[in-house]
Amino acid sequence: MNLAQEFSQPEVQLGGIAPELLLVGVALIILVVDASFGRGDNRWYLAGLSALGLAGAAALAIMTWGDNELQLSNMIAADGLAAFSKVSLAAFGLLTVLLGRDYLARDKIEESEFYALVLFAVAGMMLMTAAADLIVMFLALETFSVSLYVLVAFRRASLASHESAMKYFLLGAFSSAFFLLGIALTYGAIGSTNLYGGADPVAEPGIANFITGTPTDDLSLLIVATGFLVIGLGFKIAAVPFHMWTPDAYQGAPSPITGFMAAGTKFAAFAALLRLFDASLFPLRSEWRPLLIVLAVATMIAGSVLAIVQEDLKRLLAYSSIAHAGFVLTGVIAANDRGVSGALFYLATYGVAVLGAFAVISLVAGRDEERVLLADHRGLFYEHPLLTTALTLFLLSLAGVPVTSGFVGKLVVFGAAVEAGYTWVVVVGVLTSAIAAFFYLKVMATMFLQERDPDAPALPVGRLASGVVAVAAVATIGFGLAWSPLINAAESATIFFQSPQEQSAPIPPGG
Amino acid sequence: MILGDYLPILFLIILSTLFAGGSIYASSKVAPKRSTRAKRLPYECGIVPEKESERERFPVKFYLVAMLFIIFDIETVFMYPWAVAFDELQLFGLVEMVAFIVILLAAYAYVWKRGGLEWVE
Repeated sequence: MNLAQEFSQPEVQLGGIAPELLLVGVALIILVVDASFGRGDNRWYLAGLSALGLAGAAALAIMTWGDNELQLSNMIAADGLAAFSKVSLAAFGLLTVLLGRDYLARDKIEESEFYALVLFAVAGMMLMTAAADLIVMFLALETFSVSLYVLVAFRRASLASHESAMKYFLLGAFSSAFFLLGIALTYGAIGSTNLYGGADPVAEPGIANFITGTPTDDLSLLIVATGFLVIGLGFKIAAVPFHMWTPDAYQGAPSPITGFMAAGTKFAAFAALLRLFDASLFPLRSEWRPLLIVLAVATMIAGSVLAIVQEDLKRLLAYSSIAHAGFVLTGVIAANDRGVSGALFYLATYGVAVLGAFAVISLVAGRDEERVLLADHRGLFYEHPLLTTALTLFLLSLAGVPVTSGFVGKLVVFGAAVEAGYTWVVVVGVLTSAIAAFFYLKVMATMFLQERDPDAPALPVGRLASGVVAVAAVATIGFGLAWSPLINAAESATIFFQSPQEQSAPIPPGG
Repeated sequence: MILGDYLPILFLIILSTLFAGGSIYASSKVAPKRSTRAKRLPYECGIVPEKESERERFPVKFYLVAMLFIIFDIETVFMYPWAVAFDELQLFGLVEMVAFIVILLAAYAYVWKRGGLEWVE
C-alpha cells in the first residue's frame, strides 16, 4: 500500500483569496511592528497602515471582477457575489478603522490589537462571502466571530463591555455548534461538504449537483441539515428567534465596533445565505422557503415592535438591525436575480448608514460612552446642527424614506419578492416599516423639539470621525438620488452556479 | 434508507447513557461509605487552599503558559507528517510549511515582545 503515489499537486490559484491574504499579512505586520517598535501615544501609523491594507484589499477584489469560477479544489468561489461583497466589506472596515482611531484616542485606549483584529475580522467576513465549501464557511465564520468577541470587550475598564462580550461569546459558540451539526448532517446526506461539487456528481459530490444530478427521492436528511445551517447563520444575521444576543452585545461594545458588527457581520452572513439558498439549494426552494418566510415575518415584526420601547439608543438601533435582517430576508426568499442584487444593494447601503449612525452616537456619547440614552440626545440640534442633521439622514435612510438609499433598497428587495409571488410577505414588510418609522421619528423629535440638558458636557469632535460621518452621509443621500451605478454593480454580482444539465448558467429565474 | 446508516450511533448513545447512568446508580447503592479526614481532602490538586475566595482575583499565568505551549506543540505535530512525506510534497509542501511557520513566528515575536513569556511583570 503506497498512499504517497496518490498525492497529486493541487492547483494553486490565489486570486480569489488575495484580499484576505493581504489583510492577514498587514494585520500580522501591525502586531509585530507595534509590539517591537511602538513608542509614544500618537501612533497614527497603525490606522494609516490598516487603511492602506483595506484599500489594497478592495483593489485586489475589484481586479477579480468578472471572474466566475471555483478555485482551490472547489473550495473558493471567485464570482460577482464575492467581489461585490469584498469591496463593500473593505469599505466598512475602512470607515471602522478611521472612526476607531478617533474613538480610541479620545478614551486613551488605543492599542495595535484593535486594528489587527478589525483586519482579521474583515478577512474572515470576506472569506465567508467567497466560501464554496461549508468547512471553509465555518472557518471564516469563526475567524471573524472570535475577532469580534475580543473587539466587543475592547473597553477593558468597562464592566458593561465585558458583559456584552461574554454574552456574545457564549451564544456565538452555541450557534457555531448548530452550524457544525448542520455540516455533519450535510456530509452524512451527500458525502461531501461542498456547496457545488464537480462536474461528475458521483466522483465529486456537492449540494448543488447532488440535488440535480443524483436520482434519489430521499432528500430528508439534507433538508434537516439545511435547518441546522439556517439556525447557525440566523444567529449571525440576528433573525428572530435567534436575535437574543444582539441588543446586549451591541449595547456594551465600543460604538465603532457596534456599527461594524451591524454592517459587516450581517453582510457576510447574508452573502453566505444567498450562496447557500439562492444557488446551491435553489432546486429545493419549495422546501426551504416556508422556513425562511416564517423567520422573515417574525424578524420584521419583533424587531420593529421591540425597538419602540427602547430608551438606550444603541439598543434601539440593535432592534432596528434585527428588523432590517427581516427585510433583507425577503430578498433571499424571492430567490431571483432582483432578489440577489436587491439584497446586496440593501446590505451595502444599510451598512454605510448604520456605521454613520453609530459614528454620531460614539461622538455624542462622550468619554467612556456615558451618554447613550435617548434622553441624552435632547435638543442636540441646537448644539451640534451638523451632527444632528447627519444622524437624522441616517435614521431616515433606515426608515426607508425617499431620497435616501434605504428607500431604494427596500423598493428593490420588496419588488423582487412581489415578482416571486410573495406579496403578503411584502405587505407585512411595509406595515412593519411604518411601525419602525415611529421610533426613528421619536429619536428625531427628541433631538429637534426638546431642550438641551444644560449640564451636558461639550463634545470634542475629531477630524477623522467627522470625515467618516460626512462620507457616510454623502453616500446615503448619493445612492438615494443616483442609485443606478451601485444597482448595476449589484446586478452584475451574480452567484456562481452550475449543474450537470446547464453548465455555468446564471441563477435561473425564480418561480 | 439513508437514515438506517445512523442506527448504530443511536444504539451507541443509548448504550453509553445506560452504562454511565447505571454505573453511577449502582456505585451509589452498592459501595460502602466510610468517610475519613484524608478522604475529604482534595486529591492531587496542589496545595490545600487557605480560604474560600471565589470573589478574589488570582493570576492566570499557568493558563497563559498552557495556551502558548499548545500553540507551539501543534506546530511540531504538523511538522512530523510533513517531514515524513517531504519527498512527495516537494516544493508545494515546503512553501506551505514556510508560510505556516512564518505566521507562527510572527505570533511568537508578538508574544515575546508583549511580555507574554515573562513570569514576573
